[in-house]
Amino acid sequence: MKPKAFDEIWGKSSGDVPRAAFASLARWMGNTPLHELERRQQSAEATFRQLGITFAVYGDDDAAERIIPFDIVPRVFTASEWSRLSAGLVQRVEAINAFLTDIYSDRKIIAEGLLPPDIVLTNPQFRPEIVGSAPPHNIWSHISGIDLVRTGPDDFWVLEDNARTPSGVSYMLENREAMLRLCPELFRQYKVRPVDSYGDMLLETLRSVAPIGAGSDPVCVILTPGRFNSAYYEHSFLADSLGIELVEAADLEVDDDFVWMRTISGRVRVDVIYRRVDDDYIDPLVFKPDSMLGVPGLIAAYRAGHVAIVNAPGTGIADDKAIYSYMPEIVKFYADAEPLLPIVETWRCREPQALKYVLDRLPELVVKLVDGSGGYGMLVGPTASKAEIEIFRAALIAEPHRYIAQPTLALSTVPTLTDNGISPRHVDFRPFVLTGTNGVKIVPGGLTRVALKEGSLVVNSSQGGGTKDSFVLADDGEAG
Amino acid sequence: MLSRTAASLYWMGRYVERAEFTARLVEATVRLDALSSSPAGEAAWASALMVIDSDTEFAATGEKLTPRNVARFLTLSTTHSGSVVSCLDKARDNAKAVRTALTREAWATINRAWLLFHGRTSPGDTQATLNLVNEAQAETRGFEGAIGRMMRNPSSWFIRLGATMERADNTARLLDVKYHILLPEGENVGGTVDRDQWTTILQTVSAVNAYRWLYRDGLKPWFVTELLILRRELPRSLAASAEEVVQHLNALGKQTGFQGEADRLARLRHARLGLTKVSTIVGDGLHEYLENFIDENAALSKAIARQFRFD
Repeated sequence: MKPKAFDEIWGKSSGDVPRAAFASLARWMGNTPLHELERRQQSAEATFRQLGITFAVYGDDDAAERIIPFDIVPRVFTASEWSRLSAGLVQRVEAINAFLTDIYSDRKIIAEGLLPPDIVLTNPQFRPEIVGSAPPHNIWSHISGIDLVRTGPDDFWVLEDNARTPSGVSYMLENREAMLRLCPELFRQYKVRPVDSYGDMLLETLRSVAPIGAGSDPVCVILTPGRFNSAYYEHSFLADSLGIELVEAADLEVDDDFVWMRTISGRVRVDVIYRRVDDDYIDPLVFKPDSMLGVPGLIAAYRAGHVAIVNAPGTGIADDKAIYSYMPEIVKFYADAEPLLPIVETWRCREPQALKYVLDRLPELVVKLVDGSGGYGMLVGPTASKAEIEIFRAALIAEPHRYIAQPTLALSTVPTLTDNGISPRHVDFRPFVLTGTNGVKIVPGGLTRVALKEGSLVVNSSQGGGTKDSFVLADDGEAG
Repeated sequence: MLSRTAASLYWMGRYVERAEFTARLVEATVRLDALSSSPAGEAAWASALMVIDSDTEFAATGEKLTPRNVARFLTLSTTHSGSVVSCLDKARDNAKAVRTALTREAWATINRAWLLFHGRTSPGDTQATLNLVNEAQAETRGFEGAIGRMMRNPSSWFIRLGATMERADNTARLLDVKYHILLPEGENVGGTVDRDQWTTILQTVSAVNAYRWLYRDGLKPWFVTELLILRRELPRSLAASAEEVVQHLNALGKQTGFQGEADRLARLRHARLGLTKVSTIVGDGLHEYLENFIDENAALSKAIARQFRFD
């Protein structure tokens, strides 16, 4: 028996009395004719297609360029909900950066016995190549995307941390543009905090971490794998918003441990690289030797302190799913306080007792590969077929260390425009946290992903999820 | 600016221009075909293939030379690198690679033109073909407008430089091919069919009204030649293109701080065109003149790539 999910507009009620803060939003949904909402939604999607705000799904030929479905009904946070969330996010990201500094130097946390050494040292995300060379200002994860789910008015859980190259911020900004254009009446009813300062905030963050010796006007670039990458639109969008060059590996060269880019008027020295290329591919001399996307010598230049890499190489150890279950201890250790944001209860299948527990309850659990992402390699017990469950059972028995398992949460829902009118669909949320020498900043908004299939809990765009705008109110709405 | 970006912008400018020229050529050929009695209609399509140097490529497909086959080959064939859709494909690919150097409007016009052709298999009947090439031209005009509203920075100059270099090449090819079809030996210059043929040339480079303004005379091959090569008032003439290339390179020189071989070659060509008379061109052989112009244009294109380090 599945508990009824908490709906962010209607609360737990049967759907005739909305939560106090959202009465006007409920009225707006009730009073705007469905065909009008559909028309606006189609107009938004047509704009996205024209602008080429597309997303590539690998291995899917006809979907070489798909737009992510956009939903017109926004998701709304009140000011007090947001400030509580922000405090938890800041605490968590600060802990992640402290953890990375420690892991790549003294490893106090291991010495204290809070973390088994093998889970770090044999982890493919741990990069021995950079031990002993801390990034400028000890900031590793400059741009963190923390995925949250919600089960009640004040119950937020961290589903996963993205400390490497979180994506999705362009959808946050484009969705807001679309909403301003299509539903201006909502912005008259609610004081929605703007998100368009993100570009300035990000540039400020990048400039703040430039290496010593970069001068007063550091050269920042965005490094993209190129136009065939699924997130290429976002890379170009960000370069455009920041007014900096979008470079590919072939545009860069390392000479005498400095990084240069090739321009029409000769070479220009580069100080900060916001890279959207994974560690593995970034430098063929250090990581994957056959990478065509990397810059030979980049890591040497980084170790010499001549260039800042954002996010720093090696951050993957902090958001690895095997580490995730230890995050409460990690946050407590570095923040010296109880974590404000809990994680979802997690069984580590590498531990025999946990494995037994999981195998006994496969139909009710979510099982994840520790090195999977994008919704791939996942079992959602309650909606899986018998055959799928048996495939996972065999895989778990064969390689238990590769899996973790979690209970199926009753994720919150938000009203969503569907073929049968407006009905509840499950959502998650990815806010973007920026860390520079100027402190930790969070843009008031984020990416809300919505599972468009009724009852589905999988929100990933690669699995057909959509997105919504996320309003953060300057006050508590009608409840305040 | 990255050298790779400069290359993409330059070639994007060239491919959009080429797509537009081919669309105009198809439009003019449809009209010519409608006006001529068969088999002159087929000859019109055969010469269109020659203008963009695709006659051998078409022959290789084994398809019969019918108006519909050639129209499809020129507009929608994905295997034909000179078709409108192939040019738009390459323009869009380059545009994608340099999204950051383009305004939203400029990108959106290329993308819309591409969406217009993408995935279509048949241009349809004559009317549908005309509609298709007209829509394509509307989008490329929109692109030109969007470029005109871009910041006056190196990005916009590279795009225009590409477009202008392509324009010079296209006009030279058009005149070269058509002139030889139009003046077969023993043909009486000034007959009615002839008029239609000459009008086709002018239509392809939007010069019908320009001709009337400048010459107030019946259609004369001599004047058409002068108009397309030497008259700067006509934006698509060789002289106007040569002048614009010098201006764009100048603007780039001012903003990037250096000039070189490309500037020298462009200025030389521009000066020479200013001193040339149509009587000399026709006297020395129009075909040789145009061939030589096309070769020089290609050499200048190589010099541009060398100068901005994208060769």
